[in-house]
Amino acid sequence: MIRLEKRPQPSRAFSLATPLLAVLATMVFGGLMFAVLGKDPVTSIITIFWQPLFGEFAFYYRPQLLIKGAPLVLIAIGLSLGFKAGIWNIGAEGQYIMGALFGAGVGLAFYPMESFIVFPMMVLAGAFGGWLWAMIPALLKVKFGTNEILVSLMLVYVAEQFLASMSLGLMKNPEGFGFPGSRNLQQYNSAFNADLIEGSGMHWGVVAALIAVIFAYVLLTKHRLGFAIRVTGEAPRAARFSGVNPTRLVLFCLGASGLLAGLAGLFEVAGPAGQVTIDFNVGYGFTAIIVAFLGRLHPIGILLAGGLMALTYIGGDIAQSQLGLPAAAIQVFQGMLLFFLLAFDLLTNYRLRPGRTEVA
Amino acid sequence: MNEKPLLELSGLTKAYPGVVANDDVSLRIAPGEVHALLGENGAGKSTLVKMIYGLVKPDAGRMQMHGTGFAPAEPRAARAAGVGMVFQHFSLFDALTVAENIALGMEDAPKLRTLSQRIREVSDTYGLPLSPDRVVGDLSAGERQRVEIIRCLLQEPKLLIMDEPTSVLTPQEVEILFKTLRKLSAEGTAILYISHKLEEIRALCDSATILRLGKVVGHCTPSETSARDMAEMMVGTVLKTPTRAGKTPGDVVLSLTGLSAKSPSAFGMPLREISVEVRAGEVLGIGGVAGNGQDELLAALSGETLSAPGMIAFRGRDVSVLGPTPRRAMGILTAPEERLGHAAAPDMSLTENAMLTGAARENLDRGGLLDWSAARSFAERIISTFDVRTPGPGNAARSLSGGNLQKFVIGREVLQRPDLLVVNQPTWGVDASAAAAIRQALLDLAENGAAIIAISQDLDELMEISDRFAALNEGRLSPPRPAQGLTVDEIGMMMGGAHGMEVAHV
Amino acid sequence: MMDLSAINPILFVAGFLVAATPLIFAAIGELVVEKSGVLNLGVEGMMITGAICGFAVAVETGSPLLGFAAAAAGGALLSLLFAFLTQIALANQVASGLALTLFGLGLSALLGQSYVGVKPPRLGDIDFGPLADIPVIGPILFTHDIILYLGIALVAATWAVLKFTRAGLVLRAVGESHDAAHALGYHVKRIRTLAIMFGGACAGVGGAYISLIRVPQWTEGMTAGIGWIALALVVFASWKPWRLLLGAYLFGGITQLQLNLQGAGVAIPVEYLAMSPYLITIIVLVILSADKSAAPASLGRTFHASQ
Repeated sequence: MIRLEKRPQPSRAFSLATPLLAVLATMVFGGLMFAVLGKDPVTSIITIFWQPLFGEFAFYYRPQLLIKGAPLVLIAIGLSLGFKAGIWNIGAEGQYIMGALFGAGVGLAFYPMESFIVFPMMVLAGAFGGWLWAMIPALLKVKFGTNEILVSLMLVYVAEQFLASMSLGLMKNPEGFGFPGSRNLQQYNSAFNADLIEGSGMHWGVVAALIAVIFAYVLLTKHRLGFAIRVTGEAPRAARFSGVNPTRLVLFCLGASGLLAGLAGLFEVAGPAGQVTIDFNVGYGFTAIIVAFLGRLHPIGILLAGGLMALTYIGGDIAQSQLGLPAAAIQVFQGMLLFFLLAFDLLTNYRLRPGRTEVA
Repeated sequence: MNEKPLLELSGLTKAYPGVVANDDVSLRIAPGEVHALLGENGAGKSTLVKMIYGLVKPDAGRMQMHGTGFAPAEPRAARAAGVGMVFQHFSLFDALTVAENIALGMEDAPKLRTLSQRIREVSDTYGLPLSPDRVVGDLSAGERQRVEIIRCLLQEPKLLIMDEPTSVLTPQEVEILFKTLRKLSAEGTAILYISHKLEEIRALCDSATILRLGKVVGHCTPSETSARDMAEMMVGTVLKTPTRAGKTPGDVVLSLTGLSAKSPSAFGMPLREISVEVRAGEVLGIGGVAGNGQDELLAALSGETLSAPGMIAFRGRDVSVLGPTPRRAMGILTAPEERLGHAAAPDMSLTENAMLTGAARENLDRGGLLDWSAARSFAERIISTFDVRTPGPGNAARSLSGGNLQKFVIGREVLQRPDLLVVNQPTWGVDASAAAAIRQALLDLAENGAAIIAISQDLDELMEISDRFAALNEGRLSPPRPAQGLTVDEIGMMMGGAHGMEVAHV
Repeated sequence: MMDLSAINPILFVAGFLVAATPLIFAAIGELVVEKSGVLNLGVEGMMITGAICGFAVAVETGSPLLGFAAAAAGGALLSLLFAFLTQIALANQVASGLALTLFGLGLSALLGQSYVGVKPPRLGDIDFGPLADIPVIGPILFTHDIILYLGIALVAATWAVLKFTRAGLVLRAVGESHDAAHALGYHVKRIRTLAIMFGGACAGVGGAYISLIRVPQWTEGMTAGIGWIALALVVFASWKPWRLLLGAYLFGGITQLQLNLQGAGVAIPVEYLAMSPYLITIIVLVILSADKSAAPASLGRTFHASQ
């Protein structure tokens, strides 16, 4: 039998190694799953992890990496602040949708006026939309003690219905021949979130994600508020004792994560997606939860994890078209990653020792 | 000691990583004997009784019950063999009733109605009034202990283990408990009595085994040995008692006027109409049985719970509605009872824990940006001044032993030059030499003009350091009286006498 | 134009009993899990996994009952992953529950690829003979399949076990204070693992009820948040089985009502009707969140026996 023994303090080495171990284990078990599905595991793994970066068509896929990675990183950075403090916003998907709707709404309202002011207004509106949607669980939590997990999640379904309603109704393209979906913002110069360098995939969302990473890093390591977030997560009573105001912290963490998710939605709808459609959201808000944990709730870690997760999306697409690997297999693959991460995390705080187990 | 022993332990050894909790421990207990197990915190008393109760398996050595091998794999087996244990902590369920709690500790619990009847019978027989239908969370500490004792007695144990039973009782309740224990002993039940309170042991026990650092360092007959001799066997060195100079108290630092507050926790005790003044240079000792409002009082003073305007004044300024940070900045510092998770964040480094309360007064927070190198040197200063044993300030709080962490937590506040320091259980679970150092630090602080409020359940400690003494009972504070010359009886009455003695007789 | 007379009250009531059943199963399972002190946010993932396991086995064997058995097994098996993470690897329960849901959604989509558009075998209603012919009451109460009645029986059984049996007492004790239960010699992790598996099995059956009876067909993500509503329902019920039944009927009623209103062509857009169950869940949560006293004291806390 193996016995668990608590380390006197968390192991720094394992805290860095667990994400890598989790990725390796996921490759092994994911490979097994691919084999069960009748695909060659080695080819599948290479297709997913190598092709997008160094394969024949890497010039096409590399920009995609930024496009997929940016919203994931942006959302995950916001989520990580709350998760660190034990405040669980799992409705980022909804905030992402609302950000997109608010932002696109402002853009469409200005159409067809061309002005440099349109895009900044859209950015503000997008951030506001996400923030507003996250403020609902935040206010309910601080006023009534309502569980933010359930409320933020319920609001995802509500936002999805809003999205459907908007793309079928208010925001429907009047020149769209009756098809659902809004005007394409890519064809509206003042509103288009274009690549900053043509074909690089580097749009404003990528810039925002990088700024968010730096901002979060400084906040968590150097600022009083970041310290308050960390203490609250580690020991809520100690945080109160030290003078942290839990109400303000809830409002800040949920507000910040909503704001960033809203921004991600706006940059997506004004850029790569281009229009408000019923199936505009593709689950970035949920995948970002995996990204946040995989990055160990650390800004730099999240940056790397966002890149890795974007890789599995793009590699998954390639594997889907080249090997016929089902899209759901990639979803399982990503889920596995989170499982292994949580399991290996044990090693950060505990040592495994051979020996008898005590009565447990 | 010619009688055939009920329980005989020989050569019991149990090691944990980095520490040998029990090293070759042997002892014998005869039927009906009241045997004391004496030792400081960390001497290995708990580990030893956990082995007897089947919670921990020994690495080496053997146990015999009635002359045959005894190796309980789990508490169930120990209970079946006639061992009962009354825990110091952690064995009652607040949301369940007395009867349900008792049923959980029995192997073949009868129907709840039958059980309630038997609870009434046993509580009458042994003078332990208790109503089976009450919810445990609403009981006083003394009543909660009765639940545990009755739970054991219902199984008619041959050996009853009691872990620090009097730490939660008023002196009057201690007397009642001792009567019960003597009656049990007369009926042939052996009692293994764990304590570090020497006078109690001298009054109650037939024999004693003394543990130090996991080893048996002596046996004695308590009634024939002086408390001082036992203490020295227990500690291994000659203790020095804190010294203090006589002084006259200065200006009023803190005044509470009708302080009332609801408890933040479900089974907590509300504060009721507390009025008291504390002066500079004075130590106000606050006694009382655990759960009578100690945590709530500390929270109200630290600013964790806010009060209505006009209730708390500091140097004449109303601070009732200020949070912890502004109060700290003014010079009100506090050290809560729970070290891990309240006074300190377990997984964070000592540097970070120094930042936790030191940010304002030590100038570690410069307009929101934190000065970590200054925090580190503050942590180092605490470590060196208070002799905290740790490799360095980068280590996590949870890696420190209880005594060392307590020195760190108290030192952190003392070094910030408080005008008012409120401490709750300053030496709980701390070894004797560290406890003496902490008490001395508190006295020195008062000497230099700070006002000190020391909340504690250790009456000896309070008598040693307090100028005035008051007691919390049901959230009310008795009028303070000069500590010198108070008798045990008077203190007991201030603490509320014996709680709940009338309940079960209605 | 809206036509409320198109809503047949008898069919409506019979319909909401059906709509409530998946919730009843998922919520009563979670109630037991939470009573043991564990918060499993993976209900949605276990439900959807149960939905596809049940659907696939029912289609392959032609037996809906075997399908339900497979759904229970599938849900329980998936919940073992959660039990491993939280009880053995001591991972955070919130994160592990989310992982379970994300994983379950992916896994079910993968397993269900070849079942899209397939019709499952029907589970017949129990024949109550003349009882079914009683006017009004007959068609409402006596025209259902066995699983629906089983759900109600399960609520009653859970109530009785928690209240009157020793096993129930021990379960509550573990959820109340794992340290105290451990000190008395109860196997905290073993008890919690069993509770988690029970919760998984129940969620699985609830999911299969959606794919085999309520809808009945397989589509990806078809549980559409019912697992999350079940979690809210446990809070709504203050951890009391009978209140849970009441709450499930309330939600079932609302779901059924909005569907009927959609059918009746009410002037409110479909999307706003469709979001109503979620909005009402939020409102109910707000109203009831004031009282947390009934929550098990150890809920969500990780247990590891120290020395």
